[in-house]
Amino acid sequence: MNAAMQAAGTTIEYEPPRNLAEFMSLALAMESEAAQRYAELADAMEMANNVEVAELFRRMANIETGHARAVMAQMHWREYVPRGSPFSEGPETPGEDAVHYLMQPYHALELALACEERAERFYADLAAAVEDAEVREAARGLEAEEREHVALVRAWLARAEKPAENWADDPDPPRYVD
Amino acid sequence: MNDVAPCAPRTAQTYKSAYKPIWCPGCGDYSVLSSVTKALAMLDLPPEDVVVVSGIGCSSRIPAYTNCYGFHGVHGRSLAAATGLKVARPDLTVLVAGGDGDGYSIGGNHFLHACRRNVDLTYIVMDNHVYGMTKGQPSPTTEPDWDSKLSPGGTKLRVFHPLVVALASGANFIARAFSGDPNGTADILAQAIRHPGFSFVEILSPCVTFRPEQREWKTQVRPAPVEPTTDASRAARRLMTDDGFNIGVLYAGDRPVCPLAPAEPRSRVEDLEAEFAL
Ligand SMILES: Cc1ncc(C[n+]2csc(CCOP(=O)(O)OP(=O)(O)O)c2C)c(N)n1
Ligand code: SF4
Repeated sequence: MNAAMQAAGTTIEYEPPRNLAEFMSLALAMESEAAQRYAELADAMEMANNVEVAELFRRMANIETGHARAVMAQMHWREYVPRGSPFSEGPETPGEDAVHYLMQPYHALELALACEERAERFYADLAAAVEDAEVREAARGLEAEEREHVALVRAWLARAEKPAENWADDPDPPRYVD
Repeated sequence: MNDVAPCAPRTAQTYKSAYKPIWCPGCGDYSVLSSVTKALAMLDLPPEDVVVVSGIGCSSRIPAYTNCYGFHGVHGRSLAAATGLKVARPDLTVLVAGGDGDGYSIGGNHFLHACRRNVDLTYIVMDNHVYGMTKGQPSPTTEPDWDSKLSPGGTKLRVFHPLVVALASGANFIARAFSGDPNGTADILAQAIRHPGFSFVEILSPCVTFRPEQREWKTQVRPAPVEPTTDASRAARRLMTDDGFNIGVLYAGDRPVCPLAPAEPRSRVEDLEAEFAL
């Protein structure tokens, strides 16, 4: 058995998977959790009438859902439902509190980039540490996919308008501080 | 394909309703909802056997967002309604949820007596140290020096310590959780639901709109450096020195649970009526 590992970008220690099924089960839990969180953030942004950011989070949710489906297909899992990841929050999951009702697409992309980079590092660390060749290969495969996502989000970010310094100013704020 | 956990028949999604929460983006209550649904999935409870009862406040909106039975009741009265429900339907799993205003101000007296009665309920307080829904008034857990337009210079009042009060009043399970750790919170909630009697889980759940500084809670919380104890006096010593940021199960007792089966009546209704017959 491998020693406990630290999940990229987090302080969480976990037991590395021992075989391909365990690894893919972990990957599925992570991808599903991230998809779910992006969908929740998209809903929250819709409620706050921040349509552009809602759309972006929805797109991220779809990407992560696609990932989860690919894992299922690769393993020929039809009914499998992940029981949850060993992490409090997986390395790819954006924090529930990482949003603001006035945030702009640029902020959303920065957030997504950080998550994709963490995921890439997570799979890379795992590939470097595991003993099982099948797990290593699968981890490298997912690492490569995450790298593509990092590049994609970086390209979107390069095109996104940088927010003005006073982006969070609200002429009719919910909270009066003066 | 061995060594894989068996299929879970129900997932957290099973317990979520089609209604989209209208909480502010970033509010801790989103994660609490996620933890409640994860805990129910861990316990694999049929949604139709679970009821979520609440009072009034942003946090008290939670029943609508679950797929269980729900009762969004009157401000501060959730525990009274839930007690009645559990006594009438002991077969149901009854969760009670709300905020610190709902539970410790207007509902404070119900809180004491719900602990004392020790009916098998799980009470979840989403504590953000403020009244969120009514735009930021201080609550009993607000720090005395919290300065705001509605409390200039702070209230200067001593804070209420819900965990100490719960222990002194007879609660059988006492824990603190943090919304920023949804899986850890789900685990604590599952333990609370399983534990017999009145289980009280205080969840630190930031109000990002009226208390934006609470986003920093994630750097302040820590796992409680102690194992859960069944010894009330040890728990009391622990809680009296607690700074409000220790996360975990702090007391899991074996106090006698309120018997739900009604006692044999001493007299029949007809006999009582006969006494008043003209
Ligand atoms: C009988 C009654 N009194 C006062 C109110 C106004 N009121 C609505 S919510 C609330 C406080 C809610 O605070 P809390 O329970 O902490 O919930 P939060 O909104 O912070 O989640 C108050 C005083 C009410 N609805 N009913
Ligand atoms: S006002 Fe505060 S408690 Fe209410 S939804 Fe907004 S952030 Fe949450």
